[in-house]
Amino acid sequence: MTGDGWFAGCDAGDTATAAEHVREGRADAPADWPTRAVESGFAPDEEAYYTALHEACVAATRGEATEAERAGDQQLVHAVRAMDDCMRTANELAERLSEWAGALFDEDGAGVEFARTVADREPTTPDEERAVSLAERVVDLADEAEDLEAYVETRAPTVAPNLAAMAGPVLAARLVALAGGLESLAKKPSGTVQVLGAEDALFAHLRGHASSPKHGVIYTHEYVRGTRPADRGSAARAVAGKLTIAARVDHYSGERKPELDAELDERMAAIRARAEDDEEGDEE
Amino acid sequence: MTATPLADGGDSHLPDGVEPRTFDGDQRLATRGEPVYGEPVQDGWRAWDPGRSKLGAMLGRGVETGFAGGDTVLYLGAASGTTVSHVADFAGPTYAVEFAPRPARDLVRAAESRPNLFPLLKDARKPETYAHVVESGVDVLFQDVATRGQGEVACRNRQFLADDGWLVATIKARSEDVTGPTEVTFGHVVDTIETEYEVVTTERMDPLHEDHLAVVARPR
Ligand SMILES: C[S@@+](CC[C@H](N)C(=O)[O-])C[C@H]1O[C@@H](n2cnc3c(N)ncnc32)[C@H](O)[C@@H]1O
Repeated sequence: MTGDGWFAGCDAGDTATAAEHVREGRADAPADWPTRAVESGFAPDEEAYYTALHEACVAATRGEATEAERAGDQQLVHAVRAMDDCMRTANELAERLSEWAGALFDEDGAGVEFARTVADREPTTPDEERAVSLAERVVDLADEAEDLEAYVETRAPTVAPNLAAMAGPVLAARLVALAGGLESLAKKPSGTVQVLGAEDALFAHLRGHASSPKHGVIYTHEYVRGTRPADRGSAARAVAGKLTIAARVDHYSGERKPELDAELDERMAAIRARAEDDEEGDEE
Repeated sequence: MTATPLADGGDSHLPDGVEPRTFDGDQRLATRGEPVYGEPVQDGWRAWDPGRSKLGAMLGRGVETGFAGGDTVLYLGAASGTTVSHVADFAGPTYAVEFAPRPARDLVRAAESRPNLFPLLKDARKPETYAHVVESGVDVLFQDVATRGQGEVACRNRQFLADDGWLVATIKARSEDVTGPTEVTFGHVVDTIETEYEVVTTERMDPLHEDHLAVVARPR
């Protein structure tokens, strides 16, 4: 421990070092820091001292709060993976159930919705009891997936505000999960982000068996899926480029920057205008 | 509840920079500064919501707090800055300690337009982690941490307070995590505070802040 104030060994104007001292420093007891800072020559007067202190505290607290909140990215990763697992398992079991219940109840249907109707039945035989119970499990899993999705929707904007706004919270969470965290997503080139989730296709391509994939999970983005096939490659590139920038802003600053969304909107408007021009050209 | 002391001009307990003003026909306490939590603003004055701020409620009902205006303040449990932003509007250097990252981000936002408000992401139970930043001899130690061990927090932070300074603490009974009557819990916390301070006033804050006791004390 020391008896030094936060400004010891710090040049006036060096906010980064000052902020680090505010965060990491310690002292056994307080002292009349403003007077000491002026006496030591750190600041010409008290007013200048308080100005420097304000900058250092704001920078330190903003940085540390942002870091602590970002640590939430791992919670997001677990939640979105669990959500996908629940949904996939629910669908698999629903398929099994529809075979079974279709034979038992003389009622056809498929999927989670069908499971809900089966779950509402009063079983009258031991066979029906098992089928209805299985249906209840399917419904529980589907409900859990929904709850997880709701959680992802509230959590993603805190962890990655810009990415969540541009990609939608669920796609944002999937990208973070595929990369293994927000930091590693922020460090990936946009060409990699473009094909995240298409690893199988990418390796097939690298082994020379297939053409290179144009998109991974970003396919679910409206701007990719809703673009005509001829332009989908450029749409995927534009979307991946802007989402990569969003992830970097989220990781390095954490501040929401709505102008990023606007840039993507403009880029997409340009791509789609091209498509409309072509169509008009075709009509002529 | 706030109307009586304000109406008969009994404002002598109000620090300089806190004034009753009329908002939409209602008299409310107000300070001058940038709005923080969506409170009404008029001519640069922001209404101080006593329902959202225990200090606002105390001043509204005429409690003598020791705040004079222009004071040096250490504020523990600043949360997103609702109350401490008003304090910084009328006080001098104001150190705001909060240990939860999420509200601390809002606190930083409130501090951006207030050069005398110094946000610190620190644990009020560990004064050694901010004693290199917070100056000695502060005029008012304000505490609203709503966490277990509220009496100890007040005692550990006594070292920052000037000998003629003031402790203003709000104590939440349920935070102490003990069973038994509220009065008994308050009694224990006040006993702890009395090891380092002389208690001047205690006041229940019902109905605006149920389950809370305000304590005003001077260091021994
Ligand atoms: C009732 S709220 C404070 C509200 C605030 N004073 C206001 O009126 O605007 C209590 C705050 O104290 C914080 N807190 C609890 N224990 C703390 C500790 N040991 N150190 C710092 N802050 C703490 C909590 O995170 C919470 O934000």
